[in-house]
Amino acid sequence: MTELCDLTGAQLSTMLAAGEVSAVEILGSSLARIDEVDDELHAFLTLTPQLARERAEELDVYRSSGAPLSPVAGIPTALKDVLTTNGIRTTCGSRILEGYVPPYDSTAWTRLSGDGAVLVGKTNCDEFAMGSSNENSAFGPVHNPWDLARVPGGSSGGSAAAVASGAAVWALGTDTGGSVRQPASLCGVVGLKPTYGLISRYGLIAFASSLDTVGTLTRSVRDAATLLSVLGGKDPRDATSLDGDPQDYTDGLEDGISGLRVGVVAEAFGEGVEPDVAGSVRAAVDRLEGLGAKVEEAHLPHAEYALSAYYLIAPSECSSNLARYDGVRYGTRALGEHADSVAMMFATRGQGFGSEVKRRVMLGTYALSAGYYEAYYGQAQKVRTLIIRDYEAAFERFDVLVSPTSPTTAFPIGAKVDDPMAMYLNDIFTIPANLAGVPAISVPCGLDAAGLPIGLQLTAGVLGERVLLRAASAFEAELGLDLRPPLLAA
Amino acid sequence: MPVDIDIDHVARLARIELTDEEKATLKAQLGQILEHAAKVGEVAAGDVPPTSYAIARANVYREDEPEPSLPVDEALRNAPDREGDRFKVPRIAETSS
Repeated sequence: MTELCDLTGAQLSTMLAAGEVSAVEILGSSLARIDEVDDELHAFLTLTPQLARERAEELDVYRSSGAPLSPVAGIPTALKDVLTTNGIRTTCGSRILEGYVPPYDSTAWTRLSGDGAVLVGKTNCDEFAMGSSNENSAFGPVHNPWDLARVPGGSSGGSAAAVASGAAVWALGTDTGGSVRQPASLCGVVGLKPTYGLISRYGLIAFASSLDTVGTLTRSVRDAATLLSVLGGKDPRDATSLDGDPQDYTDGLEDGISGLRVGVVAEAFGEGVEPDVAGSVRAAVDRLEGLGAKVEEAHLPHAEYALSAYYLIAPSECSSNLARYDGVRYGTRALGEHADSVAMMFATRGQGFGSEVKRRVMLGTYALSAGYYEAYYGQAQKVRTLIIRDYEAAFERFDVLVSPTSPTTAFPIGAKVDDPMAMYLNDIFTIPANLAGVPAISVPCGLDAAGLPIGLQLTAGVLGERVLLRAASAFEAELGLDLRPPLLAA
Repeated sequence: MPVDIDIDHVARLARIELTDEEKATLKAQLGQILEHAAKVGEVAAGDVPPTSYAIARANVYREDEPEPSLPVDEALRNAPDREGDRFKVPRIAETSS
């Protein structure tokens, strides 16, 4: 049965404004769903029902005065546990921050909260957002609502699973190499990674600063546009945030795509792509053509080097960013007597970091170390230039590019944990957009033979969010998928 | 060929205590990852400029004006150990007595 928490943010907001439902009732539906499913999914690390109830009650009082409401007001929202929340534990899925209670809010949450969004909890994720399966969480994996024996993707897997299951109406995630889009694809929801710098990173606990991007997980493209409209815009607290005032990205969302120039990325249908995934994405391209888009083949000739460049640049930045976890000012300090402060730091980092984080810190440390810097980090930055040039050339001919989001659908928990290279290949189609800073979105485009969701990735040029969302919205409306994970039918 | 790295040296630089088992695993895995990553050396010629941020920004300045800062108790709330208004750590320097 469809409950309030199964509706989209746009539907709920309309009902709230019309007085057909209260914020307390919507929240009650979301909290009941969490009770029902989260023992199995493990999508949340921290729940905040008490704070949520207080917030919803306040909103209902405010609403009864007839004051206009933001479209995010009263909507049950989940935040990936790498976004700081004042007074609410923020762990990054890591033992080293297990008890960390930030004294400040991330700008993303400040903006949503200021507009009346209701926080239901902080979601599970790969440790420090490093992973593609959520198996790197220090607090145990998230399970995919479509098949509990499978991964939800990562690193924003808890956010994706929460939204797919109705535990939250929408959620924020972060995307450094695909961490919003890939779990969205594997869980059958919409995942938007905006242009680098469009949403402030203030309070996003850093992994790889030149790539980290706050993104959204929603059950409709319209909801993604609504959230971006509240989240976007200059923040003086993030020097890399782009100039410009917030914009309304729902404006013109349904104007259609007649005449839109769509490029199908030829390199994204090669080896390693599951036949059902390739077939579903090809069928989606036909639908776009049916809607009046002009479809042609596109090329990103250096895409094959993107994964290598990413696995040098991201770990290098990570090794520098994570140097702050030294057991001095915050975070877990290794127990026991330490000969001196340096010994304490070695022990703290050895015990506090999980294996993937250690792997990436070590990789980055090596890539930046004397004698190797030019061959690895220096070369990777040059490849980054070539990938940006590929996109610039492609967007002279096309408005949007199309590819699968992920080469595969959700894989079984445990299948790739012992093989880092196999795991890294999950992000092969999502990484290039991070290296170039361009916006991209994953939209559900079908199910494979096993009944698992497949995602279509659309990519646009820098600050091309409007055309990106318009194309995604037209496709979504044309396909008319009603995605309900089997977990909810039982 | 997997890249042969001096795992003890890298662990020292990274300030991470590793067990012997972790060292063996990481040595093998990093060697394999770096072998793949070395592909970046195949394409980018000397005349290609490096990119550190995809969307270039000039220096971003703000007025240098004092603003309220975090109260001391707030700043120390997450400290693993404290003494008065200070973070407490194991000894840093040798003491001569």
